[in-house]
Amino acid sequence: MKEVLSGNEAFARGAYEHGVKVVSSYPGTPSTEITEHVAQYEQIYSEWATNEKVALETVIGASLAGRRAMTCMKHVGLNVAADPLMTVSYTGVNGGLVIVVADDPNMFSSQNEQDSRHYARLAKVPMLEPADSQEAKDFIGIALEMSEKYCTPVLVRSCTRISHSKSVVTLKARNTPPTFEPENDIKKWVMVPANARVRHKIVENRLEKLADCADTGRLTINPVEFRSEEIGIICAGVTYHYVKEAMPEASILKLEMVYPICFEKIKRFCERVKKLYVVEELDRFIENELKAAGIEIQPLNRSVCGELSVDEVRKLFGKSVKEPAFDPKQLPARPPNMCPGCSHRGMFYAIAKLKLFAAGDIGCYTLGLLPPLSAINSTVCMGASIPMAHGMDKATDGALARKSVAVIGDSTFFHTGINGLLNSVYNAGTSTVIILDNSITGMTGHQPNPGTGCTIKGAPTQKINFPKLLEAMGVKNIRTVNPFDPDECIKVLKEETAREELSVIVTDKPCIFADRSVIKPPFYVDVKNCSGCTICTRLGCPAILWNKEDKRAFIDESLCTGCELCVKVCRFDAIHQRG
Amino acid sequence: MKDINILMIGVGGQGTVLSSDIVCDVALAGDADVKKSEIHGMAQRGGSVVSHVRIGAKVLSPVIPIGEADIVISFENMEFLRYPEYAGKNTSLVVSTHRIYPPSVAGGQEAYPAEQTEDTKKAFKEVFEIDAMKTATAIGNSKVAGMVMLGKLAALLPFDADLWRAVISKKVPPKTVDMNLAAFNAGYQF
Ligand code: SF4
Ligand code: SF4
Repeated sequence: MKEVLSGNEAFARGAYEHGVKVVSSYPGTPSTEITEHVAQYEQIYSEWATNEKVALETVIGASLAGRRAMTCMKHVGLNVAADPLMTVSYTGVNGGLVIVVADDPNMFSSQNEQDSRHYARLAKVPMLEPADSQEAKDFIGIALEMSEKYCTPVLVRSCTRISHSKSVVTLKARNTPPTFEPENDIKKWVMVPANARVRHKIVENRLEKLADCADTGRLTINPVEFRSEEIGIICAGVTYHYVKEAMPEASILKLEMVYPICFEKIKRFCERVKKLYVVEELDRFIENELKAAGIEIQPLNRSVCGELSVDEVRKLFGKSVKEPAFDPKQLPARPPNMCPGCSHRGMFYAIAKLKLFAAGDIGCYTLGLLPPLSAINSTVCMGASIPMAHGMDKATDGALARKSVAVIGDSTFFHTGINGLLNSVYNAGTSTVIILDNSITGMTGHQPNPGTGCTIKGAPTQKINFPKLLEAMGVKNIRTVNPFDPDECIKVLKEETAREELSVIVTDKPCIFADRSVIKPPFYVDVKNCSGCTICTRLGCPAILWNKEDKRAFIDESLCTGCELCVKVCRFDAIHQRG
Repeated sequence: MKDINILMIGVGGQGTVLSSDIVCDVALAGDADVKKSEIHGMAQRGGSVVSHVRIGAKVLSPVIPIGEADIVISFENMEFLRYPEYAGKNTSLVVSTHRIYPPSVAGGQEAYPAEQTEDTKKAFKEVFEIDAMKTATAIGNSKVAGMVMLGKLAALLPFDADLWRAVISKKVPPKTVDMNLAAFNAGYQF
């Protein structure tokens, strides 16, 4: 049967068809939907882990126990999982182990543009790169076989244009998964230096065999399409389709295993073409590998930033591209914004009002940086807010801690924020931390987390109680506030930032998508009371609009969720509820 | 079959993604190869959403090259202005006359680019302007406006209307099938 599947649906289908037993992941765009789709197959145990390191360690355990396992993450997630990755390369695997990593060229929703192929070389493990959804599905199977045959974890690299594009896939039934006896082998699984020294040699040896396998083994990868003798192009992933469409006359070697590189096949390809080019997205990864091996590559004036496209490839080879029908003009933007009724808005309003420096973190609430709130002053990576505030505190002997806060969401707190907070407690920090607990992972599309009270499959589970947790961690000053009450937020912020001790403020209202019961009848502006003071419009609620003609606020009632925030800031009793 | 490139543009919450999924399923059911690529920003409602759909005997890149869209379909009156690079001299435009004000327009800082929208329409080979919101409201639910637009798109593509109806019936929530089909038919006959 054929279906049109996204790359992410196809990765999930690949795990299903090829007998994966355990999938543990942390959500991250563009990789999130893989695990969401995996959760729909009852034959696979799946879970949201608290972070990518935990997820990888979980599937390493599943592999050791003799079952096929997979973890999926975005490129920056692999940074978090890098520690176990480097060593699971040494231990090797028992059941097949696949790590899907989704890069984001052009940074449609990421904080950096890193090229994950470097991780394959750094960890000395193979990396496969599919070019469309059919291959996304098939490569999970190839990766699992390769993993078991060569006793190695295998990286499968996706990118936004694979994960979030759709193409036709032929579906097959689920294979009977191979299972292995759990391994109890100290020399293999206990990486003390004496054992690791032995394993390192095995790893180096394995890389050589892997490069050969792509050439001669039964895994038929890295196909050559021979056309012109003039131009030969080496490419990989979605770039293969750009190249094929832009350069239909060229001979192509499609690298499906981007690491380790099998030089024999490339050397044979070089011998048949006059000029050899490498076309790849982001870093000059393949190009540098080939150059280091003494292969002559023709130069291309290619940027290492952003995405490639058919047009970009045409331009690289001096071909003309079509003229657009009209010129771009300056348009009113449609920026992302926190939703109407978002439980983060009131706290940001309070932070902005007090002009506090906010060390931010990664999540929906990062959007607090946008005007009119403009309430976030730094964002680096998951969990950075609390340690950064701690560093600011220590660097200024507490002075900056009196004028700043760290803000972090519940999911991010569980991810890596919790470690930072322990550090602040232990080292007697005096900063103020705000946990914006909306009981869900909002940014990536509302996945449950340990603070939600249900699992990925919706089954009820333990819900973490923040005040109790914080108390147990040794936090002395714990305040819980209603984020829809800005006056209360301002009062608590003043008190806690003034305190020369660590404090944690927890907001406790759910995301409107975590609990739909919070949605109440909408509000409207009574024009005869409205003074036109614009205070409510400074909340940045998408439902609050401004009528230019009569200089009054009005509310789009189809968007308003009745959160009452604007009512609390209006000093003229102009905002009332319907019904 | 002749290759067809369709650029589908809308505002988050308008059903652009579902509509483009339906086009993909229809193309597959109609024995064509199809690829789609989508960019919808971070967790956002009301942001710009764009889908590239490419249909043909064998589709390569999932992204439409510059100037090579055959049809641009804009679920909002001005949004097609945001993607000038894909329309060429032979591009048709299907556009909803319904306006959704961006925040800066709603907030009074900027004007809705009405004149520019009208001007730019002249750059297309042909333009189909549809008051999809009015048609949808007449049918009984403003939420099916996107389906009216999809009906018009279907009339421009070489697939049987019944194929569309079958796919739509499968893709929309069961309770809303009749209303969606009514909206589709209205658009198809437009
Ligand atoms: S009550 Fe006010 S702040 Fe809350 S969603 Fe409605 S308009 Fe926005
Ligand atoms: S805060 Fe009240 S008085 Fe001021 S603009 Fe808004 S509705 Fe009018």
